[in-house]
Amino acid sequence: MGMLKMGGQLVFLFQDIIRCLFVYRIRFGLLVRQLDFIGAKSVPVVIITGGFIGAVFAAQCEFQFRALGMSSAVGPVVAIAMCRELGPVLCALMIAGRVGSAMAAELATMKITEQIDALRALAVYPTEYLIVPRFLAMLISLPILVGLAIICGIGAGFYVAVHVLGVPGVYYWNNMIKYTHDKDIWIGVVKGFFFGLIILLVGCNKGLQSSQGAEGVGLATTEAVVDAFIIVLIANFFFTFLLNAIL
Amino acid sequence: MSNSSPETHAEPLVRLVGVEKKLGRQKVLRGVDLEIRQGEKMVIIGRSGGGKSVLLKHIIGLMQPDAGQVWFRDKDLAQMTEEQLVPLRKETGMLFQNGALFDSLTVGENVAFPLREKGGISEDEIQAEVERALKIVDLPRQEQKWPSELSGGMRKRVALARAAIAKPALMLYDEPTSGLDPIVADSINKLMIRLGHELNMTSVIVTHDMVSAREVGDRIAMLHEGRIYCVDQPAAVLESEDPIVKRFVNGISDASDAIF
Repeated sequence: MGMLKMGGQLVFLFQDIIRCLFVYRIRFGLLVRQLDFIGAKSVPVVIITGGFIGAVFAAQCEFQFRALGMSSAVGPVVAIAMCRELGPVLCALMIAGRVGSAMAAELATMKITEQIDALRALAVYPTEYLIVPRFLAMLISLPILVGLAIICGIGAGFYVAVHVLGVPGVYYWNNMIKYTHDKDIWIGVVKGFFFGLIILLVGCNKGLQSSQGAEGVGLATTEAVVDAFIIVLIANFFFTFLLNAIL
Repeated sequence: MSNSSPETHAEPLVRLVGVEKKLGRQKVLRGVDLEIRQGEKMVIIGRSGGGKSVLLKHIIGLMQPDAGQVWFRDKDLAQMTEEQLVPLRKETGMLFQNGALFDSLTVGENVAFPLREKGGISEDEIQAEVERALKIVDLPRQEQKWPSELSGGMRKRVALARAAIAKPALMLYDEPTSGLDPIVADSINKLMIRLGHELNMTSVIVTHDMVSAREVGDRIAMLHEGRIYCVDQPAAVLESEDPIVKRFVNGISDASDAIF
């Protein structure tokens, strides 16, 4: 029942955002501020996430593949895994934790301190002022951040496999180029786009629907993260099959 | 009670007819009927939690009634969607209980907000207006501060500057003097009177503060158990012999109000 209600709220919110995109002028000042917060300020965590996941994944693969004498297969395995799954999913989880929670907390605080009512009283439609800039910033930022995570993961994997574990660099690189296709990269970026949408809608909805009081803000924040995590993980399963079939 | 006032013949700007509102399981408004005339300062008094703020929010459509009508000029706000209400709200201003300043904007940006939204005004003019407005509320040169750096009373005055800067036809004040020291409270009262006179603003003031009610109000309405219990001139209400009004005005609790 709760799931159904939330699903409905997300659909209405999404519909409202899309309508506002066409009806109102885009507020570039607010968009830039959100791009900075969602995009630029997330770069360090995304680099660390992508880099270390790529590094350990390369190491684990190499340990197993060495026995089979297939060390140079680590390259494509790491690259494909980073592109298709690890890059988008882990990046989304980091952004849900960093940005989704902050959005929910900020909007919930604005709600309980009557700032959203004040916005309405000052003749501004809240979706247009508060949500649309976040929406655009998220959809622009997340695919780029996913790309960054993929690049860092592949780079770190290369470094660990070649320079630490002694896999021949040329074979590693050539195999990676040979077996990694545009499709793999597209799957990652498209997933990133949709995960961004999920994080944004869940985070904003939790904030706007929060109940009164400090407890409401806390609850909105944690629920925004947990729900976004769960929806991203489940959606990822379906996207994997869907995108594999259509791209 | 009688309903005479100097502006008896003035057209009502706002007319509430049988407004009912339920919040959660509690029925807060049970059929409110009230007329607010053009240019008058209407004070609404009543117990805490009695629905005064809720009533105020109905007047500019921040809340929709479950039943009844809310007329602003010739439009029934109860029938309008959130977006249809947006242009109407350009004519109204509201001072929220705790100011409700946007904490992502500085004091100056907060006060300038309505002017920037309105558009068509040069940045120099906006700055001049903001400076003037902050001077009027006795907070000169505070533009660069953040709302979090201000005290409650200062925040309220900034909020007042923000609400009034676009010179709305109708101003709503939600407990403008609560939590302020008597001197600041008095300055807010004077400001409300001044805005009313200079800009011919219609004001609706929700308050517990009887001094403020007497000083500012042209008429006082008492909200009691979800209905308007009486509407009259300040002197008549404040000296009323009606037991309910008298107890409230003089702040006398009885045994059933004991909180222990």
